[in-house]
Amino acid sequence: MTHTGMISVLRRAGLASAVAGGLLFAGANLAQAAGKAPTPPSQDWTFSGMFGTFDKGQLQRGFQVYKEVCASCHAMSLVKYRNLSQDGGPGFTEDQVVAIAAEYTVMDGPDEFGDMFEREAKPFDAFASPFENEQQARASNNGAYPVDLSVIAKARKNGPNYLYALLTGYVDPPAGEEMREGMSYNAYFPGYQIAMAAPLFEEGVEYTDGSPMTVEQYAADVTAFLMWTAEPKLEHRKRLGFQILMFMLVFSGLLYLSKKKLWSEVDH
Amino acid sequence: MTTSETPEPTRRDFIYIATGAVGAVGVAAAAWPFIHQMNPDASVQALAAIDVNLDAIEEGQSVTVMWRGKPIFIRHRTAGEIEEARDVSLDDLPDPFAQILGGDESLSAADENRAERPEWLVMVGICTHLGCVPLGEQGEYNGWFCPCHGSHYDTSGRIRRGPAPRNLDIPPYEFTSDTAIRIG
Amino acid sequence: MGGNSTYHFKNPVVRWFDSRLPMVSMVRAQLVDFPTPKNLNYWWTFGGIAAIMLVVQIISGVVLAMHYTPHVDHAFQSVEHIMRDVNYGWLIRYIHQNGASFFFIAVYIHMFRGLYYGSYKAPREILWMLGVIIMLLMMATAFMGYVLPWGQMSFWGATVITNLFSAIPFVGPAVVEWLWGGFSVDNPTLNRFFSLHYLLPFVIFAVVALHVWALHVPGNNNPTGVDVKSGKDTLPFHPYYTVKDLFAIVVFLALMMAFVTYAPNALGHPDNYIPADPLVTPAHIVPEWYFLPFYAILRAVPDKLGGVLLMFASIFVLFLLPWLDTSKVRSATFRPLYKIFFWVLFVVCLGLGYLGAAPAEGWYVIASQILTAYYFAHFLIILPLLGLIETPRPLPASISESVLGKGGGAAPAAAAAAPEKRG
Repeated sequence: MTHTGMISVLRRAGLASAVAGGLLFAGANLAQAAGKAPTPPSQDWTFSGMFGTFDKGQLQRGFQVYKEVCASCHAMSLVKYRNLSQDGGPGFTEDQVVAIAAEYTVMDGPDEFGDMFEREAKPFDAFASPFENEQQARASNNGAYPVDLSVIAKARKNGPNYLYALLTGYVDPPAGEEMREGMSYNAYFPGYQIAMAAPLFEEGVEYTDGSPMTVEQYAADVTAFLMWTAEPKLEHRKRLGFQILMFMLVFSGLLYLSKKKLWSEVDH
Repeated sequence: MTTSETPEPTRRDFIYIATGAVGAVGVAAAAWPFIHQMNPDASVQALAAIDVNLDAIEEGQSVTVMWRGKPIFIRHRTAGEIEEARDVSLDDLPDPFAQILGGDESLSAADENRAERPEWLVMVGICTHLGCVPLGEQGEYNGWFCPCHGSHYDTSGRIRRGPAPRNLDIPPYEFTSDTAIRIG
Repeated sequence: MGGNSTYHFKNPVVRWFDSRLPMVSMVRAQLVDFPTPKNLNYWWTFGGIAAIMLVVQIISGVVLAMHYTPHVDHAFQSVEHIMRDVNYGWLIRYIHQNGASFFFIAVYIHMFRGLYYGSYKAPREILWMLGVIIMLLMMATAFMGYVLPWGQMSFWGATVITNLFSAIPFVGPAVVEWLWGGFSVDNPTLNRFFSLHYLLPFVIFAVVALHVWALHVPGNNNPTGVDVKSGKDTLPFHPYYTVKDLFAIVVFLALMMAFVTYAPNALGHPDNYIPADPLVTPAHIVPEWYFLPFYAILRAVPDKLGGVLLMFASIFVLFLLPWLDTSKVRSATFRPLYKIFFWVLFVVCLGLGYLGAAPAEGWYVIASQILTAYYFAHFLIILPLLGLIETPRPLPASISESVLGKGGGAAPAAAAAAPEKRG
């Protein structure tokens, strides 16, 4: 059963997410249940299921959204530019990756005079971070720390659905909700008040492939991209998994026949 | 319990043999990831190329840079050194090949093959004997001398005397401008 | 083990070697010809499965150690480096991560099998106690391994568990600082945990060798609990049980690989993908699932020292089990009352596991207290009394009688189709 499939079954069963999660995984995923937020609805992801793969076009669009929107506050320090052209990823060519990396500058050095210097980023460099350190990031963001997004899709329960729900979950606060200064109301954020203002707007990012330029589309695309950065070997993993399981099915079948033959010769 | 006294393979034997064969394939396939993990990983391979600016290297000077964890000698040769290197008869060379990494293995050790532009000699600074780093402008041939076991290299980095079997390796490199090269 | 060779080998080299170091004889006697009760069911395969899981964990762990960096500034990144850059690193890391869970699954089933069939009873007390030691070592190893990725759960799990020792009267705080190598969980802690995490599996391996040795003195228990009476009751271990165990191992590993390749993080916790932050505690610190029942016992007591003592007592009571069970009969098959209490205990353990993950509030706390009390009552009250008041069902005279009697004269092939259904 896929993760998304499981979630929808649970919702149909009408169980509170806390109880259901606990029953399934002995409660290992209870952490956020008490952080009062509704279970994010399941979306249809191309990468879920046994044969799920990433949609390269979607990953490229998601990268564009990340680059033009998220990256102004959020670092992604575990991802390298070269990853953009590797198998199972967005499918940029190596030349495109060189060009993308060259849009950024990174600090390098020391040179022969002992000085640090700036240079164009190369494919082997990690994604350039918007801030030098956590302190600077907090100072520029009203005290809140925009987390590194490299593995965010794995660092939240029900990651992709949660990210999509969060990105599309900015609504007007219900009457009586007392908003703290600088906070926005989000229907899916644990505690509902989030320091990040709504990041996505209709037509905010210019798509060139004709995909709809809506908040929902942006959210889905950037979520898929974040799933890829968190799990860049997902396609290989699922492909190999199928091969391994098929092999083990055959091998265990043969072993069972051997065992049956062998034991048929004795009273037992 | 004897199970296979019959001389000809039976269906039962076939099952045992098939099980064993499939099992052997499985063990071999499972071993591969555990072997392959020790090969150079993606981050190491991504660093395989470096850019070096030649601007600041005066004639008669050398610099050493790191490439793939190894020292690379870059020497701005003097006219005398170039002449010395080009005057040597190929018959005097213990190793007759150019030794360009990843290049044509039959290329001769002529200095023209080892230095694309005569004034610039770019070599892996590792003695081909047992991996020490030779010293520059030393030895009987005015080139490099390895202090570990006494190998002498000439001004083209070719082995002339001593236990080293090969000329110093030439890494793959290209001139990206008149004063810059990319190694790797 | 050891002793003079009782085999005569045709190959002169083998004969020469074996007369000097009787290793070949030992393998022949202990792993090939070893007389094994012919009626073992599939629950008996979990010992072999657990042994294989130990090997899987050691091999994958040694490989991971080639790429991992035990430093607070690099540990998280080095794990991600394994996941992203190392050839097949993601596969090996997920095998190791899920392998820990599946090792515990195998060992827990193995232990419940021992409980059901009375395998801890004389003359197998030492065998059982060595098994409990293996479980303790596994818990220590798994705990320290979970710290190594240096995520939020790593850090806070380490903080909470090491703080258990602060409950020791007088010297507690000093012991905790000694464990940490500082005034909080930090780089020295990570380094020593890495060192010990690498060491302990080999200690486990040695204790497993003792465990197998202790098994091979009296031989296997069996589903009837009746001692082996004659050669008719046994089969040579190879090929009968090697092939059967191998089949079970492959099925078990297939289940593990299904998790590794399709739900690699299902048994883990998302918070461990957040790098460790000593300034922010996650909303709920939950240990890995295999610790949950013990965690529930810890939290059932509103007193710090009491909770810690009770948690350790819940394991140490197992050392006393061979003497707490007063029944003369081993197998639950012939103990109608014990069979019921066995399943109650099983459900209680699952319940404690569930409660270990629930927040420590409201009815959860009361339920944990009830189940904890029952857990101890099972071993300390029910088992001693049960042996005195229970009337066991009549035992078969021998294993072969039970096997043939139940077969009802059916053809051997038909019997072979479902041997695991037997008693």
